[in-house]
Amino acid sequence: MNKAPNITAATLVKDIRLEWRSKDAINAMLFFSLLVVVIFSFAFDPRAEESRQIVGGLVWVAFLFAAVVALNQTWARELRNQVLDAYRVSPAPANSIFLAKALGNFLFVVILEGLMTPLFVVFYNLRALGPVWQMVPVAALGTWALVVNGTFFSAMSLRTRSREIMLPLLLFPISIPALLAMVRATSAVLTGEESTSFWIALLVAYDVVFTIVSLFLFETVLQAE
Amino acid sequence: MKRAFPILAVLTAGFLGYAGYQALFVAPTDQMQGDVYRIIYYHVPSAWTSFVFFFTNFVASIVYLVRRNPKADAIAVSAAELGVVFCTIVLVTGPIWARPVWGIWWTWDWRLTSTLVMWLIYVSYLVLRRFSTGGQAPVLAAVLAVIGALDIPLVYFSIWFFRTQHPQPVIGEGGSVDPRMLHVWLINWAAFLCLGGLVFWARYRVETMQQEVDETEALESLLQPGGSR
Amino acid sequence: MNTHYLYAAYIATWAIHSGYIFTVVRRYQRVRRKLRELNKHA
Repeated sequence: MNKAPNITAATLVKDIRLEWRSKDAINAMLFFSLLVVVIFSFAFDPRAEESRQIVGGLVWVAFLFAAVVALNQTWARELRNQVLDAYRVSPAPANSIFLAKALGNFLFVVILEGLMTPLFVVFYNLRALGPVWQMVPVAALGTWALVVNGTFFSAMSLRTRSREIMLPLLLFPISIPALLAMVRATSAVLTGEESTSFWIALLVAYDVVFTIVSLFLFETVLQAE
Repeated sequence: MKRAFPILAVLTAGFLGYAGYQALFVAPTDQMQGDVYRIIYYHVPSAWTSFVFFFTNFVASIVYLVRRNPKADAIAVSAAELGVVFCTIVLVTGPIWARPVWGIWWTWDWRLTSTLVMWLIYVSYLVLRRFSTGGQAPVLAAVLAVIGALDIPLVYFSIWFFRTQHPQPVIGEGGSVDPRMLHVWLINWAAFLCLGGLVFWARYRVETMQQEVDETEALESLLQPGGSR
Repeated sequence: MNTHYLYAAYIATWAIHSGYIFTVVRRYQRVRRKLRELNKHA
């Protein structure tokens, strides 16, 4: 039972089961996103043609803030029950739990995005002029970019004052290339005016680099807590 | 070593005075912008200097992660602070230059935007160091420094591509570089490197002294009759 | 008339440098005092 994939799967299943029972994170994320949708609706007229230019940015702001809600509670459960200490002394590889946490967060945020997208389409009268299917790789790659770094920084923030502030403070600047790509790709799909290929390639490169770096450095962070 | 410091400080001040004189009076006046363009002799060398310090922080952080040598950590934090100081100067002089030339304070031009993101990353590094409790703050900070340094090229590249597609007014050199201007640029860069190096040295000394204080205090509290807290 | 901005930029630069150097000097004095106290006890 010490095999890495088993541990990853077991941790992931446990987190999904716990979340399914309480639905804490999903509810908070949904509420947050809805709030953002409503508040931004005051800023522009959804019927106007220009709205397509900015909705790309709005959508990802909403998802980013919602993701932070999920990311902040990633390790809280483990901290409360001294699971992290147990993990530190066990022979299991540190990456297993990191991967499980990251995959769990990815799942929660993707579910949120799936629930919110129809609402965005309805509230902002969205009608994409570009290829809509391209939103699937953009959303998947972009969400992974936020989640992999977010899970990592969430662990780093555990022993800091103002833990909930530390996570976005670390995450947002580092995520700028990925956020830029997500927003530009979404705008490209909505307006149909440019190609998403460069941005998707950038997201792939970003995801590869930071997944490898996070897996490489997580052991150090875990031992340092 | 300590006695060299005042001499070096005086020499550096002299060098900076000479470089400033070159920037204000010797360099030729720009035809289009007038004398305002001379801000460039502070703006650009400060950017180059901040890169030097951030790169130093990157290398020192890697060394610290591998060897856990406290001197490497002292170098890392000092280099990050100096880098942020010079980066702040870039971000302040940029808009002061843009206003008379372009009429607006901020243009989201790719160099300035990327520099702003770089500034945010290293400020978050310093905040992490300040807010970390427990003795492992240097390790976490070093990890963040490595991640941040790997991110910087992606930041510059992605924003550059974005701005070549959606151009904004550019803050920075416009047109060809007069060789006399390059000469004054390099003199100012050398002068700022001397200033940065000197202040860095002082900051490094303060950090190593602080490490000594922390170590002594920790030892003392262990040796107290009541035992450690 | 644009030279106002030139002076502002140069003054801002030196203000920022001076501000930081001042904080370093203050930390140095504080740390040196602490070290002297600790060495007296030892």
